Amino acid sequence: MLRLTAVALVAALALAGCSDTSTPGAPSSSAPPKVTGQVAVFAAASLTEAFGTIKKDFEAANPGVTVTFNFAGSSALAQQINQGAPADVFASAAPANMQQVTDAVSPVTFVKNELEIAVPKGNPGKVTKLADFADANRKIALCAEQVPCGAAAKKAFAAAGITAAPDTLEQDVKAALTKVRLGEVDAALVYKTDVKAAGADVEGIDFPEAAKAINDYPIATLKKAPNAPGAQAFVDYVLSDKGKAVLAAAGFSAP
Amino acid sequence: MNKRRVSKGRLPVALVLPAVVGLAFLLVPLVGLLARTQWADLPSRLFSAEVGEALQLSLVCASVATVVCVVLGVPLAWLLARGDLPGRRFIRALVTVPLVLPPVVGGVALLLVLGRRGPVGELLDGWFGISLPFTTAGVVVAEAFVAMPFLVISVEGALRAADHRLEEAAATLGASRWLTFRRVTLPSVMPGVVAGTVLCWARALGEFGATITFAGNFPGKTTTMPLAVYLALESDPQAAIVLSVVLLTVSVAVLASLRERWVAG
Amino acid sequence: MTLDALLQVDRAGLDLPLTVNPGEVVALLGPNGAGKTTALRTLAGLLPLRDGHIRLGDQPWDQPPRTFLAPQRRTVGVMFQDYLLFDHMSVLENVAFGLRARGTSRSEARSTALTWLLTVGVAEYALSRPRSLSGGQAQRVALARALATTPDVLLLDEPLAALDAATRHRVRTELARHLRDFPGHTVLVTHDPLDAMVLADRLVILEDGKVTQTGSPRDVAQHPRTDYIAHLVGLNLLHGNANGTAVILDNGNHLTLAAPAQGQVHVAFSPVSVSLSPVESTAPNTWRASVTGVEQHAHTTRVHLDNTVFADLPPTTVATLDFTKPLWASINPSDLRAY
Repeated sequence: MLRLTAVALVAALALAGCSDTSTPGAPSSSAPPKVTGQVAVFAAASLTEAFGTIKKDFEAANPGVTVTFNFAGSSALAQQINQGAPADVFASAAPANMQQVTDAVSPVTFVKNELEIAVPKGNPGKVTKLADFADANRKIALCAEQVPCGAAAKKAFAAAGITAAPDTLEQDVKAALTKVRLGEVDAALVYKTDVKAAGADVEGIDFPEAAKAINDYPIATLKKAPNAPGAQAFVDYVLSDKGKAVLAAAGFSAP
Repeated sequence: MNKRRVSKGRLPVALVLPAVVGLAFLLVPLVGLLARTQWADLPSRLFSAEVGEALQLSLVCASVATVVCVVLGVPLAWLLARGDLPGRRFIRALVTVPLVLPPVVGGVALLLVLGRRGPVGELLDGWFGISLPFTTAGVVVAEAFVAMPFLVISVEGALRAADHRLEEAAATLGASRWLTFRRVTLPSVMPGVVAGTVLCWARALGEFGATITFAGNFPGKTTTMPLAVYLALESDPQAAIVLSVVLLTVSVAVLASLRERWVAG
Repeated sequence: MTLDALLQVDRAGLDLPLTVNPGEVVALLGPNGAGKTTALRTLAGLLPLRDGHIRLGDQPWDQPPRTFLAPQRRTVGVMFQDYLLFDHMSVLENVAFGLRARGTSRSEARSTALTWLLTVGVAEYALSRPRSLSGGQAQRVALARALATTPDVLLLDEPLAALDAATRHRVRTELARHLRDFPGHTVLVTHDPLDAMVLADRLVILEDGKVTQTGSPRDVAQHPRTDYIAHLVGLNLLHGNANGTAVILDNGNHLTLAAPAQGQVHVAFSPVSVSLSPVESTAPNTWRASVTGVEQHAHTTRVHLDNTVFADLPPTTVATLDFTKPLWASINPSDLRAY
């Protein structure tokens, strides 16, 4: 149901985008300089679905612009950028990774992501609350502490005073979700957006301690951006109401 | 005479140049790894509990997986090289699939079959209470799945190259096919078996994708060295480099010692 | 107990009836590709017959389509052309292998193997690897290995072909002695007439998978029936129709015999009995010949005449002849053998 709404919303946005550009004869002089060319966006893997939609809308609104993505773990992206990868925009899943990038120009938090308990369809392990993660008889997947979702989970458990008994510490959130989707674990702690993206195979369960472990997502243009106007236009679009709507539909909450 | 020696001594540039580039291509990243290592930290990191645990787990799992591969893979290679089964070419092609399959996909495939919802995993769980994912046994299974083709291909090649008339000679001397295999075929392809075993072990030791997908990642249970390296890379690249150097040293040492033993023998 | 076989295999078009009595050595002699080795492989059980049979006494070994006894269940010993010794075992283990495979205890197998190595004279190499042996030594080890299981049937595939000339000469007589002592049935395959003559009691000549002649070495050597055999034993062979002492050859020429004969005959004569002269004579069996080739052959010069007959002449005679001028060849009728 939620999905359907999201699709409708996206379609509406796309149409809106089209109507914006359907008056090519009058480029107003007050508009920002026309952006063209490629915009290289390095973005956290959890943004894959939402940014995919935003790209379509953004490209429709700015003919002549092509957005190319590099989705990966935020820390890997930060390292790539620091090694000189030609990036225009960096959207990180954690402020820590953004801080590693010395070239980032005034990062802004554009969304927050909350943790949610993910269980396989039908909830075979009968998991209802965070405390169930301490049960050694249940198969539990968490993210490794080294990756953002693992760090967030650690915070949540600390806040709740629970010692989790995981069977595996996955290398990223999608891997944890795969284990849930295949029914190999009874529960995993992942982001709301991931539960949403996983569709019908996975059910999400909210828990109160999630509020203690909210992840801020900063976005920034980069000093050495090959396409600085394009970079700024993309960031502006993400921060615009249209961009926020797409992100909200994907399960992100406003900052 | 003199001219001839000169022309023999000069190596063709068309071969030497790509060869040198190829060698550099293989060695430079390793040199880079060693150059970036902070040697001062090495001892303290090396003797940390996590590294010791991961290293021990890696060595044990790779070795057990190799034993599994030899026990199952050598007979399979024999069947492919000597058996007159129908569709042999097709079966041989299937055996090589794990070679080209991305290991992560291999891990998912293993989960689908041996996971607790998979057809085989369900039986194992229901009858014997055995669940492979997230266990050390699962690591062995994942490593064996990915590494076995190396052994099978190597042994099968040796079997095809071996003189099968020796087996005929054994038969005329009254030896059954099993005795012939044990006493004649196997010893004559021993170099191939050893090479295949070493390759298989090395592949198992470095296995990452299938292991993390099928067996997960839990320190002391399923976190082998490559997994530890990958996760360390997320937060502490220096630690990852040290772990890699350890892995590199151990594998080079083991391969070198094996080689010497077999060359001497 | 007789080895009785009719070997029929599609490959090489083999169709070979073969009977071997105990203690008898039969040589299959023929050119390369005649099907000799194929025949040997069917006897060993390494190749099934398409048709025919192999029986040892009343025990069937191969009788398509019903019966096929696997090689390891036949009481055969095989000596392969390049011996096929097991390189990863010692010489002693090689010879003991067959005994061990047939269930003899280790110590007994080793002692029997050593006895065989003593018999063939290579006991001092018992603990060596086969790779370190010379050709002649390896040949003896292969023989010992084939004999150690006391087989009923001994099969030898070109037993001397892998040896150099000097070794071959010595080993041949030795092998003949061992074969004489062997009480079972021996079939040996060779393309060398001398090996066949020295080693075998009976020759079976195989050409294109078919038997062209069979008999004792002496009989075959004296009365060759095909050009292949005549060439092997070093005789000229002509074919024709006799009426008394006159023979009309298949090529239309005439010959005169010393002893009368009748009907289809083979006429054999030694190349030594052919003489060449620059002068035409009126003696019988004289014809004008043209030289088609000259080669040195041991201590004589072999002169090919008209591509059909060759003459062996002493070098002194050759020196007096001018091969570019007309020559007349002649044979004394008493040197001709018709049969």
